[in-house]
Amino acid sequence: MTTCVDIINTLSPCLVRAGWNADVANLLSLLLGVVIVATVPLLTVILLIWIERKFAARIQDRIGPNRVGPYGLLQSLADALKMLTKEDITPSGADRILFNLAPIITFATVVLIWAIIPFTPLHIGADLSIGILYFVAVGSIGAVKVMIGGWSSNNKYALLGAFRTIALIVSYEVPMILALLVPVLMAGSMGMQDLTRAQGGMWFIVMSPLAAIIFFVANLAETGRSPFDLLEAESELIAGYNIEYSGFKFGMFMAGEFMHVFTVAVLTAVLFLGGWWGPFVDQLPALGFIWLGLKTAVVYLFMLLIRNTVPRFRIDQVMNINWKFMVPLSIVLILVQSFLLRLIDALGLRPAPEMANDLLANLPQTLVLLAGNLVLGAIFMHLLQRHGRTLREADEALAVVKGEAAPSGGLAEA
Amino acid sequence: MIELNAQTIAFAVLSALVLGGALGVVTTRNLVHGALWLVLSLLGVAGYFVLLSAPFLAAVQVLVYIGAIAILIVFAVMLTRSMTSLGEVRNRQWWLSAITVILLFLLLAAGIILPVWGRGAPGEVTTLSATVGGAAELGAALVAGDGFVLPFEVASILLTAAMIGAIVVARDEEDEQA
Amino acid sequence: MIPLWMYLLVAALLFCIGIYGVLARRNAVAILMSVELMLNAVNINLVAFWRYLAPQDMSGQAFAAFVFVIAAAEAAVGLAILLFVYRTKRSVIVEDVNLLRW
Repeated sequence: MTTCVDIINTLSPCLVRAGWNADVANLLSLLLGVVIVATVPLLTVILLIWIERKFAARIQDRIGPNRVGPYGLLQSLADALKMLTKEDITPSGADRILFNLAPIITFATVVLIWAIIPFTPLHIGADLSIGILYFVAVGSIGAVKVMIGGWSSNNKYALLGAFRTIALIVSYEVPMILALLVPVLMAGSMGMQDLTRAQGGMWFIVMSPLAAIIFFVANLAETGRSPFDLLEAESELIAGYNIEYSGFKFGMFMAGEFMHVFTVAVLTAVLFLGGWWGPFVDQLPALGFIWLGLKTAVVYLFMLLIRNTVPRFRIDQVMNINWKFMVPLSIVLILVQSFLLRLIDALGLRPAPEMANDLLANLPQTLVLLAGNLVLGAIFMHLLQRHGRTLREADEALAVVKGEAAPSGGLAEA
Repeated sequence: MIELNAQTIAFAVLSALVLGGALGVVTTRNLVHGALWLVLSLLGVAGYFVLLSAPFLAAVQVLVYIGAIAILIVFAVMLTRSMTSLGEVRNRQWWLSAITVILLFLLLAAGIILPVWGRGAPGEVTTLSATVGGAAELGAALVAGDGFVLPFEVASILLTAAMIGAIVVARDEEDEQA
Repeated sequence: MIPLWMYLLVAALLFCIGIYGVLARRNAVAILMSVELMLNAVNINLVAFWRYLAPQDMSGQAFAAFVFVIAAAEAAVGLAILLFVYRTKRSVIVEDVNLLRW
């Protein structure tokens, strides 16, 4: 007779043994699971905002929030309270229902992604066979929420901001989806648990660093983080599509964005950094939660570092980088990667199923894939460099014709 | 005959979404609302796919229809200023269309219901098979030599042609000189 | 279990609503939306028949996938043509675009 140790997985049998109706017990444990999965990101976001502000402050040689609570830890709670007490303004001529719907969709789409995050080898909201596709599908609703928010505000600047945001989101979805195909190719499955399990011997970031970089950069653009934050450049514009929002609805947009960034960090950790894999995870599965948290923290801090140190792109540069560099690179990457995987099979370098989690057994195929990625990356960087030089020389020639001094530094156009 | 369980409740809710959304599309005056009604209706269809144990198609439905086509339609509404020149929603023969459509529906409904009228009609499926082909089987079928490899390639050519065609048709004249 | 005919009935109703939209609406964008409704009705039928009659044979799902392709291509080209028509005629009301009518 098992004891009720693990609450999430054994709640319903426990309740049944205690004399509950089976249907009610199932429903209750399902609801509990949903609440837990949805609460994790909601609670972490409060802490994340504090981390983000402290981090930015340190980089800018400030102290950051330090008044409310120890080390200013409760600052986010104070801010949330302030947001709640602010006047909730709906602009005249706004489409009331849609105007109120947009922040809710923003929040919901991010929380929905958490259903497929494998926290430990045992704990996952729903291990869908199409996990990755689910993530992409839910993410694509993001464009709809931007459209609704921008259009229903009855403000032409909000609408323009929405158009530009959608153009960015839709464009960067292409390389993101193509980069996601690479882990799927290597794991032979779209389920998140299968993808994590396939990284037992070697993380996918080593087997295909290019895919990891493309996925990471495309997601930076999707979340509207620097260097892709030109749509609501806080030092230049007021805001983007959410310009008319105030009070708690604005707070929901902001919290949704913070959560989206965190979700992206978790996904990068799951897909490329081995998810819950780590020492002793075989003996104690719950340890996976800690490993995943550590990896996520590394990715998240890296994103904060980029946000606070890299300057903003222009809109034409953003589009050029995507369509002329990242999309071709990701397409060629899929071709090269699938060819190399075939080659590995033909040469018999793929480790036997019982050795799949062994580091040494995975080394040969990893080296082949890594070499392929490095060569491909070198070729594309060379092309990029040549293109940049051509542009710079054209600029300098133009400057000479006009009789001006040569402009300093070439344009970083891809 | 039809017991009340989670599946039937889900079916009822999804049907309301699908049909309500569709009615919104054909009756609403405001075309941005129309596009959002369309999103609602298509979301219901995605739910149907989940009920019919085709999760791959459900995800693709959300991705293609809501993520791409609905956004495209909203863009078209904005760019063609369909909002500012509303005018009449329906044309003059709308009642004629309505009668035709109702007759057609009655015909279809008769064709669907009459064969299964009464219990145990021949050809009625009473139990669903438990083994269902998933995304892997679909992928294999799409590229199998005796499967759909030819239509698959033709579909890719169609998409390429549509992409080039759309770019050429929608391009501004001024852009060509630049 | 939900019987097959219920799916078919909903699909038939969706198809008829779509036809009504195509026949009765004046704005070309609305007509395109109605066409999407009709395509979805077809897809419901395809997937429902696949699930109930031949769940191992992937033809039903494959056909539904091809319908997605057609729908995407149709929407892209159709809306591009609409933009072109709007630029030349300043209208997307189908009754104003009758140059090719005999």
